[in-house]
Amino acid sequence: MPYIPHTQDDVRAMLDRIGVPSIDGLFDEIPVALRVESLPGVPDALTEMEVSRLAAQRAAADGSPLNFIGAGAYEHHIPAPVWALVTRGEIYSAYTPYQAEASQGTLQIMYEYQSMIAGLAAMDVSNASLYDGASALAEACLMAVRAHRRSKSARILVPDTVNPVWRRVASAITEGQGLRLETLACDPATGRIDPAALAALSGEDITALVVPQPNFFGQLEDADALTRWARANGALVIAAVNPVSLAVMKPPGEWGDGGADIACGDAQPFGVPLSSGGPYVGFMACRMEHVRQLPGRIAGRTVDAEGKPGFTLTLQAREQHIRRAKATSNICTNQGLLMSAATIHLALLGPAGLERVARACIARTSELVAALTQLPGVRAAFPGPRFHEAVLKLDRPVAPVLEALAADGIIGGFDLARDYPAMGDALLVCATETRTRADIETYARALGAVQGRAAVA
Amino acid sequence: MITRKPEPLIFELSRAGRGATAQYPAAEPLGDVPPGFRRRGQPPLPEVSELQAVRHYTRLSQLNFGIDTHFYPLGSCTMKYNPRACNALAMLPGFLGRHPLAGAATGQGVMACLFELQEMLKHVTGMAGVSLTPMAGAQGEFAGVAMIRAYHRARGDLARSEIIVPDAAHGTNPATATMCGMKVREIPTLPDGDVDLAALEAALSPATAGIMLTNPSTLGVFERRIVEIARKVHEAGGLLYYDGANLNAILGKVRPGDMGFDVIHMNLHKTFSTPHGGGGPGSGAVGVGQRLLPYLPVPVVGREGERYRWLDERDLPDSIGRLSGFMGNTGVLLRAWVYMRILGAAGMRRVAEYSTLNANYLMARLAEAGFEPAYSGRRASHEFIVTLKREARELGVTAMDFAKRLLDHGYHAPTTYFPLLVPECLLIEPTETETREELDGFVEALVAIRREAETDAAMLKSAPHTMPVRRLDDVRAARQLDVAWKPVTA
Repeated sequence: MPYIPHTQDDVRAMLDRIGVPSIDGLFDEIPVALRVESLPGVPDALTEMEVSRLAAQRAAADGSPLNFIGAGAYEHHIPAPVWALVTRGEIYSAYTPYQAEASQGTLQIMYEYQSMIAGLAAMDVSNASLYDGASALAEACLMAVRAHRRSKSARILVPDTVNPVWRRVASAITEGQGLRLETLACDPATGRIDPAALAALSGEDITALVVPQPNFFGQLEDADALTRWARANGALVIAAVNPVSLAVMKPPGEWGDGGADIACGDAQPFGVPLSSGGPYVGFMACRMEHVRQLPGRIAGRTVDAEGKPGFTLTLQAREQHIRRAKATSNICTNQGLLMSAATIHLALLGPAGLERVARACIARTSELVAALTQLPGVRAAFPGPRFHEAVLKLDRPVAPVLEALAADGIIGGFDLARDYPAMGDALLVCATETRTRADIETYARALGAVQGRAAVA
Repeated sequence: MITRKPEPLIFELSRAGRGATAQYPAAEPLGDVPPGFRRRGQPPLPEVSELQAVRHYTRLSQLNFGIDTHFYPLGSCTMKYNPRACNALAMLPGFLGRHPLAGAATGQGVMACLFELQEMLKHVTGMAGVSLTPMAGAQGEFAGVAMIRAYHRARGDLARSEIIVPDAAHGTNPATATMCGMKVREIPTLPDGDVDLAALEAALSPATAGIMLTNPSTLGVFERRIVEIARKVHEAGGLLYYDGANLNAILGKVRPGDMGFDVIHMNLHKTFSTPHGGGGPGSGAVGVGQRLLPYLPVPVVGREGERYRWLDERDLPDSIGRLSGFMGNTGVLLRAWVYMRILGAAGMRRVAEYSTLNANYLMARLAEAGFEPAYSGRRASHEFIVTLKREARELGVTAMDFAKRLLDHGYHAPTTYFPLLVPECLLIEPTETETREELDGFVEALVAIRREAETDAAMLKSAPHTMPVRRLDDVRAARQLDVAWKPVTA
């Protein structure tokens, strides 16, 4: 019996002690008509060896193509110690630190993580993780409405330069509470928020403005100007940021006059593998004045009965297990293991290593754009400055080009046709520090061949 | 190995100019980032060597209890063995390195696993369709209530704005209802642990959107009149939501779909043994009956002939939408797939059988030893409640004192003070992967602690004594908030 240690003697002795003749007798409170005797549709057991072989075949079938997509998930080098450490049983198989004295490891990691995120974002406090970047943006919108009591509109401006999936998730999660998420147009010439669109809303009751940095197209927004507009118009600022960029870019806490109110995003780039879509890890930090509206777990440093420093979950009066229907969020278990991976990743890279990663991202992306735009029929949609992504315009539909590249083992980017039809044949590409100059040349050669083939055809 | 030696903060180990330089890429210029957009100075991250980081986090891990190190009978959390194979196989390079937007052509392997997982979960719960995208139980609950809301709306039944929740429910249930814009109506539980049917009937109205139930309940007993409850709720026009927190207790023995539930979430990190990770990642896959099929959150894996593809908003236009940036916690889903394939159909049933055997054995032994089960006339599910109200009254020691002293005996404490209706309670869930000897040892520890309470109550009140820290000052933690290390500025 896989993972069940009972011998026949155990079972007999245990049933005797309980006073029932058989294990089935333990289910005698369940109405007989409801019980099932078998599970057609669930296959029979395999051994670990058999499942290993099946999994290995399937994983191998998915291959290891050369990847040039970002669009919300980024391929970075993960130092070997990160997963060696987080898969230690003491981290991997522990739970939420409800018994603080037996969970000081997890709690201290949470505290260190919160310190790193708050420091990167230049905010006062961070929670100890949310599910992912998309749902973190949804929670940030809900939090802004709670925190901004003077604003009655529950209107949140979400520019269309924000990841379109994040926008859809934010709508799905906030809709029940009556939030009004309104899009804000992008300037088609710059790929940034259109200042005129924003100016047209001056003087209206806006609860918060979401500022993406870098934005979904990889473009750098004028975060200072946007933050100043929000301040002048009584709106809070929600920064949706790529955390790697914060090593070199002005952090949300220092934007405009007085900084953003809430910073959120996905910490996946810190030690979390692409893993076909998850688990990733959302982060959220804020100014101290909003801390009681922050959702999720928070670890605090305190002292024990002997005055010795120690850590415990704190401000639990915000949370569902205490406040029930009046909690800040229903969030309970979320991404503890990934939070630990992010912490260890950041400890290994440190400020110098993370800065090098950020600079390498910028350099590789600019080399990628330079190499690809030398090909006929390929041009950059927007001028820089940009971080580690860029929009390219092709002279033909993107989907068949991507298919042809995939046949050459290259994942060539993300087709923007569905989310931004007005942009025409547009392709979002990404290069992090993991792409070498040789990788970029390989991509350029393959794209050149595809473009050439199609032109001949 | 638990040690009492304190470990400094990683920031306190930092020295300017030190670093794990093998991890650094080559230096590059900062390109065309305008000066006004740049960060002034470096972020306050630690500067440590690779060995320092490895040693620091290894030592921190040693301050934790985990399933791999200790019996961890945390009620309602299903802390069973997380097979190592699940982790090893989910981390195979083809799965791990794959970008989620890479396209179906390069994702047939992972999608085959996810499709099989959807199918197995459907059959084991008796539902018509499954979406794997919710990232934890609470998000599964959100998806469920949002689907109930969408269903009523689509029928023009706009007055249905109330969710009924028993007082024994997890806090996430009422919190979820609020997040979905619903009003919560709480109903009481009878002394025998079942829902108060008269109170339910009184609560049902044309405003009823649905009811959220955990069965077996958080009181550790099976709701015997579930068929009657389902009938009454359906007759009133409401739908039934099944909170899968306790699915382990009935896996393969009775299915929520057969009980009359319309929608269910499963906690894959409980029932299907994916790791708890110090607080996640979870996975809150949802299953629905026929009438909620159109509203499932996207994406869902579809199969067309021999090919798999993601079904999205275009395929399910009435979907409640997306809840995650991609397709949920895929790595967790792969671990659950491995677990279910290794257990197979018969193994599913054994989960319920042996977790229930262990719980009833432990309850019987504790009752013999003079502890008071809160629902002694009832059969335990996979967990049960002991109330220490007599010990509190006669000896002046609380459930929390017992919990803390258990740590000194090498056992993680059960869930304390939940559910809220039972005074001085311990909610104890041993799971099926524990040996009889381990359960016996736990009984002996509780007996020894009670004996100590009779002779030296101060030992309990000041416990734990052998942990890295003594009892922590939670009031100070909240009042003198210290939640982030700050660099010392000159």
